[in-house]
Amino acid sequence: MALSREQIAKRVARELKDGYYVNLGIGIPTLVANYVPEGMEVMLQSENGLLGMGPFPTEEELDADMINAGKQTVTTLPGASIFSSAESFAMIRGGHVDLTVLGAFEVDVQGNIASWMIPGKLVKGMGGAMDLVAGADNIIVTMTHASKNGESKLLEQCTLPLTGAGCIKKVLTDLAWLEIEDSAFVLKERAPGVSVEEIVAKTAGRLVVPDHVPEMTF
Amino acid sequence: MAGFDKVVGCYEEAMAGLEDGMTVIAGGFGLCGIPENLIAQIKRMRVRDLTIVSNNCGIDGFGLGILLEDKQIRKMISSYVGENALFEKQLLEGELEVELTPQGTLAEKMRAGGAGIPAFYTATGYGTPIAEGKEVREFNGRPHILEQSIRGDFAIVKGWKADRYGNVVYRHTAQNFNPMAATAGKITVVEVEEIVEPGELDPTQIHTPGIYVDRLIQGSFEKRIEQRTIRSA
Repeated sequence: MALSREQIAKRVARELKDGYYVNLGIGIPTLVANYVPEGMEVMLQSENGLLGMGPFPTEEELDADMINAGKQTVTTLPGASIFSSAESFAMIRGGHVDLTVLGAFEVDVQGNIASWMIPGKLVKGMGGAMDLVAGADNIIVTMTHASKNGESKLLEQCTLPLTGAGCIKKVLTDLAWLEIEDSAFVLKERAPGVSVEEIVAKTAGRLVVPDHVPEMTF
Repeated sequence: MAGFDKVVGCYEEAMAGLEDGMTVIAGGFGLCGIPENLIAQIKRMRVRDLTIVSNNCGIDGFGLGILLEDKQIRKMISSYVGENALFEKQLLEGELEVELTPQGTLAEKMRAGGAGIPAFYTATGYGTPIAEGKEVREFNGRPHILEQSIRGDFAIVKGWKADRYGNVVYRHTAQNFNPMAATAGKITVVEVEEIVEPGELDPTQIHTPGIYVDRLIQGSFEKRIEQRTIRSA
């Protein structure tokens, strides 16, 4: 079975470490915040200028001046700080954020990522994604392994305009956990009940399959 | 006005001198911390062919989106647009030009512009469509692209409190692009919720020192919320 959105978030959450500053992209990455392991402290960075983001506000706490990068109303946790966009991207571009999790349309064996533009469709913009992928050392891309038509999104070379070049090393799809090494995807783990054959069939870029590929457990 | 007193009496005075074809840098992220009354004044002035530098372009009927209604914007320099149908329509019909810029690069372009730094190298955007035509140089074994900074004829800024000398404090995440915008205007206009006397704000807590501010006005704000997300108590 392919991983559910929640299982993808749970698997990413296993990569968290105590004391991490983390930037979570919009969509599935946001769900990771729900699965921070017990007893671990993680601080969420939102690129509009917030470190220490808390949950959505109650009706009484609602404040138009308190939003996250998804423009949703949020709260702060004790120990939070608020700053300008330049300061926020100094943290990101300066490599101070420990982990960045974001979605993508395509990744390839060179660590290239395409996540913001589909030619022929209206382009809304890259927001902070280009800064995040260029600035972070530790990035996890979450995405579906293949399109609804079965076309692989893990490619030899991205076909869509890039968000960043050579910056991705870890990819979690609904089928597998892969790491990019020496111009290939290395299959590290597979989703429960998903065969190596299925992953091979749905990976267009060069794939290295070790003798033993453990199954994820939840 | 006398000495360092930056307070102006009305919105007409606040935006006086804005002309067709000028570049306006605006603070705000989404609808948060936008100078909504200064934008409304630009609409009333009916100036056209504006280049607007702002992370976003508001929504239909609010924020910078209202300047699209009478086609006052010729070009937007932003990181993320398209929350408004009118924007999409004018873009597709070729009436509006957009220069998409990574959010961190946009913030840095404003900051550098205000700080007198004409350009800077960044790894952001290397290998992507936004690098086309830009100088590439390697530092520490990594390619970077040269990005030019931005200055505006006007900068429009939303603060929370300011003293009459133009020392500004922002509230929560309504800060966002406002401090950089404030430094990058030939004429910087700040609107705030409350103006106090010099000495009433703690000097160590000032976000934008008054040296950057040319005109200051107190307004009342709707502060529309774009994504109202609530948890049950």
